[in-house]
Amino acid sequence: MEFHIVVCAGLVPDPLQTLEPVMGPAGPGLKNEALLPSVIDPWAAHALFEAAHLARARPGSKVWLVSLAPKAKLQQVLMVVAQKVPFDLVAVDGPANGFTDASACAAALADAIAAIPGLDRQKLLVFGGWESASRAAGTTLQMVGERLGITEQFQGVDAVTVGADGAFEVLERIEGGRHQVATCSGAPAVCGWATGSLHEPPNSPQVGMMNMRTLMPALQKARAASVPLAGAFGAAAVPSARRDTRVVKDMSPDAIAQEIVEWIRQ
Amino acid sequence: MPGTPETDSLRTLPGDDIRQVMWRFTDKFTHQMLVQSSRGVARGLVARLVAGGVRETHEWTPEKASLLQAFDEAGITALYLDPDMGGFIDGPKNFAMSLVAFELSWVDAGAATCSMAGHLGLAPIHEKGTPEQRAFYLARTCPPQPGEDRQTWRGAFCLTEPIPYVGVETGLLNGKVSIKEWPEGGEPLLQVEKRGRFITNMGFANFVTAAVDSADDRIKGSCMVILEETDPGLFDRGPATRKLVHQLSSTRDPVFSLTVPASRIIGGYTVKDGVIIPAFDHSGVIEAVFRRTRVTVGLMTSAKLLSAIEPVLRYQRTRFRGGESVTPGTARYELGLQQREDALHRLIDIWATGEASASLGFATARLFDDLDPIERRKDAILAERGIRGDRAAMKALAAVGQQAIPSIKAGTPIDDELARFVVLDAVASVLCPAVKLWNTGQGATMMREAVSLMGGYGITEDCPGFLGYKWTDAQLEATYEGPEAVQRRQLSVTMTNEVFLAQFEQWIREMRGIGARKPGTGACTLASAMTLWLWTLHHLQKATDADGAKLYKSSRQGVTFPLADALCWLLAARFQILDVLELEARAAESAEFHETAHGFTRFFTDLCHVQSAHAAGEVGRITAELVYGYNRHPSWDDVCAAGCCTAQEVDDLDTLIPGYAATARSYADVIEADGSHAPKAGPCVRLPGLQTFQSLRSRMDGCITGTRLAKDRAAEALTKVMIPEAPDYPA
Repeated sequence: MEFHIVVCAGLVPDPLQTLEPVMGPAGPGLKNEALLPSVIDPWAAHALFEAAHLARARPGSKVWLVSLAPKAKLQQVLMVVAQKVPFDLVAVDGPANGFTDASACAAALADAIAAIPGLDRQKLLVFGGWESASRAAGTTLQMVGERLGITEQFQGVDAVTVGADGAFEVLERIEGGRHQVATCSGAPAVCGWATGSLHEPPNSPQVGMMNMRTLMPALQKARAASVPLAGAFGAAAVPSARRDTRVVKDMSPDAIAQEIVEWIRQ
Repeated sequence: MPGTPETDSLRTLPGDDIRQVMWRFTDKFTHQMLVQSSRGVARGLVARLVAGGVRETHEWTPEKASLLQAFDEAGITALYLDPDMGGFIDGPKNFAMSLVAFELSWVDAGAATCSMAGHLGLAPIHEKGTPEQRAFYLARTCPPQPGEDRQTWRGAFCLTEPIPYVGVETGLLNGKVSIKEWPEGGEPLLQVEKRGRFITNMGFANFVTAAVDSADDRIKGSCMVILEETDPGLFDRGPATRKLVHQLSSTRDPVFSLTVPASRIIGGYTVKDGVIIPAFDHSGVIEAVFRRTRVTVGLMTSAKLLSAIEPVLRYQRTRFRGGESVTPGTARYELGLQQREDALHRLIDIWATGEASASLGFATARLFDDLDPIERRKDAILAERGIRGDRAAMKALAAVGQQAIPSIKAGTPIDDELARFVVLDAVASVLCPAVKLWNTGQGATMMREAVSLMGGYGITEDCPGFLGYKWTDAQLEATYEGPEAVQRRQLSVTMTNEVFLAQFEQWIREMRGIGARKPGTGACTLASAMTLWLWTLHHLQKATDADGAKLYKSSRQGVTFPLADALCWLLAARFQILDVLELEARAAESAEFHETAHGFTRFFTDLCHVQSAHAAGEVGRITAELVYGYNRHPSWDDVCAAGCCTAQEVDDLDTLIPGYAATARSYADVIEADGSHAPKAGPCVRLPGLQTFQSLRSRMDGCITGTRLAKDRAAEALTKVMIPEAPDYPA
């Protein structure tokens, strides 16, 4: 049983940058937003790596990456992501700053998925991040599934194990560091991934070169989506920095762990 | 562009989108990917290794060896190879290699050297090897593909000889090759005796490309040979070199005494009258190799300068935070050391130097990418025109160059491929040593400035951005692949090439035109400095010193070398301006990109102005020293020759021109009746024929007007630019 796996992955500003919310004429945004470098949303990135892993294990499967983001920023981010795993890109040109309206965003993504040529809905697995490193509405992926008529949905997924008949077992995170085990008879389904279990694949120029043949045309024909920015905010403040630095060398791991535990207890 | 405030300047540090435009690789996606891959290695593994203290040993440790696998996985090892050999970039790779070296050096230049040295070891085979040698070694240096189970071969390049102070001349090779056996009708076996010094990658190289001279009448001249670690004889890697810097590359002093088949002579050989004649002597191979790789070394230092900006900014801003009396909202808390103009101005100088050196380096790397395919076709074109033999080729190329000079000066396109080769070759022959010399030399000086801006913190292992390491590493970059004197020597020859000088004249007009359109760039200042330099060169080529000895000749390095130094400043500033103009042009094409690029354009324009003023200042200082300095200062002992007048003559003239005596002593040297004169070394200098120089210099000094205003604006921008909350690699 092969799958058609569509991964919904947005961009988030590089978390190392200073992210200062501001109200602009079009709604909320970030200070110097156009200039800030972006990275692929790390939650969605886990979903992408898991999708590629699953596709590799199921011959005949295929992965699409659907991304709603400013085209220029997406191009920069793809120079990294495209070297990780093989996929086809479906680009939708729109904002990606953590202030987009989740419903409109889901509609744009669902429309883009529905328009993918050759996509077999009976083989469809929609992957994405359970959370997001930006504002984490936590609802977008569910609404994408609903709009596509997919009612088998799993959130906080850490593992998907597919059987020979195409049925699969899903581990979903629940409280207390435990997992809920679910069984699904097969595609179509939506999986909102937590971190999964795969490490980030190393960059491979060969994979990048292969992807690049389709990515750049996809970027060029990305259609613009009208996705409004959601509401307004009253105030935002960067958490005050607490710095208590010591430079310590040759400390044993046990001693470091003990110190961290004591710090947490304070 | 409507809607953009004219005062808008730097808002964040420049990102990839800006650099791709400035350094011209917006349409090169393989290069963009390579940048990201290299950056991942640099700011990941390399940074962790440095922070973890691996620089504390000279030895090649398993931790350091992990770099090689990371290079393999990121495509850095295979970068040098063509796609049919397992690489992924078709065509010339000078620019791509420069980008990789830049990214790795952003964190640690030793790591960059480690990757580059592998390419360097392979380069003689790649450039001049026989098809069989290329197929054999290139395939083995390609990392294994999925499904393959083999070891990646690593190469080292062995030219440098032991040892100073033991009578070895650097222009000669003491590595020797002789014939050990020559079976009847079979392939000769060679005995190679070679000792190397400061050989990079020697701790793990599987093969070495070594330069050797003939010690046998049956071998003609010198050549390069390939030595493998399993060859019969002695393959002694030697002791680790006790270098102070670049500890992420393996450097040793090896000893080889090996027997190898003659087929290991790079480029092959022919046999004539019982004598082996190598297809290429060692200098021909080395020239082809170093000519390109020196550019990459120059860019290593550029990366350090630009990488220093963010750590210094963060240090300046946060310098006083944490003190009880320094509360948020106060200038001392928000700006820290940036309240002081000097801290800002010095950082601007570092940034401007970094920009100029990167612009010069990347432009040169791109130029070599343009030159490579034409250079490879050159011999075929000459053959098509019936020109054979080295001497005939040189004559023909010189004639082509002469014919091209009017077009070069006019700035009109050159259609003839051979003429294009001559022009590109002439320019490349200047730019390559200029990059190596100026980027590393001036770069090292400015890295010291960067370290000093961090106070005592700068010279500790804990300094963010490893600035102390970067400073000391820069000194080795100034030495790698030919120390500074070698570069100055080459420049002093190539910069007098008529074809280059024709191009230089056209560049002066180009800068003047840019100055007219974009006065804030400093292009006009630069044009004036370029004019002064060119006049000085022409003057010195004809002038003699006070003793009548010719000034511009190869042995007179006190003349030729400083003039070469001055040229480098001009070239770097020119390419810096061109990169900013490119950014501005691309920004004008798209409203979206204009929003991103506008502030950078303004800020970088101010940096250009600052750097042009620095360049002009250096040119003024150097040319004045050279033009005046070789004349003997007028003496009071020979007042007539010096054009002095006596008090009596002044009084006589006063009778004809009333009031003359009252002012004469303020503008003329007067010998009083008692023989006394003004207290100074001698009469003022009045050298005939130097009025043009004085006029050009005076004009150039005037052109510096406004540059400090540009510096103030740029400094102001530094107080407002948004920087990341934390560095993106550990320290």
